[in-house]
Amino acid sequence: MTGWDVMDIVQIVGIGIISTILIILLRQSNKAEFALLVSAITGMIIFSMVIDKMRYVIETLSSLARNVNMEFTYFSTILKIIGIAYIVEFGAQISRDAGENAIASKIELGGKVIMMVLAMPIILALLDLIMKVLP
Amino acid sequence: MDISLIFKIASIGILLGILNIILDKADKKEFSYIITLVGVVIVFGMVISLISRLFDSIRSIFQLY
Repeated sequence: MTGWDVMDIVQIVGIGIISTILIILLRQSNKAEFALLVSAITGMIIFSMVIDKMRYVIETLSSLARNVNMEFTYFSTILKIIGIAYIVEFGAQISRDAGENAIASKIELGGKVIMMVLAMPIILALLDLIMKVLP
Repeated sequence: MDISLIFKIASIGILLGILNIILDKADKKEFSYIITLVGVVIVFGMVISLISRLFDSIRSIFQLY
């Protein structure tokens, strides 16, 4: 991983514009299902172009967290929550694009519940700390 | 990552739209529906493996097991 490359953003914007034009063309010819698939695959391609850079950022952050000598389980919990948020957003956007708001909000509900379960140990630790501080 | 998949899917969609119009004009509505169904299945087969690969890479980065 060698730094940010400026041409990548040009590539991402180009892919977005081209696929938007293709999606409009598909909607014009009454093929909404293919428009949906094209939009899903476009989101996937852009995400996988970005994900290498994201890996670099996360590795840097986790090495920093190791050096600072904080509790590492908290950091990995936050990382897991961010990952769940990305996956949930991906799925919910696709179903919202297709006009299925109900399914999108159910996906988001599932993500929120799982995040809450993952965050429970942190909340318990915070409550513990408060109980210790209080006389 | 290859962009050609976007063009492939879009071209399949446009081709099926044209075929639909032709078959509708020839009073073969049932065939047009079957063709749409087959196209969706083929394209979905192409897309689903890539989406599962994306989810695998997200899982490996964010340490979700």
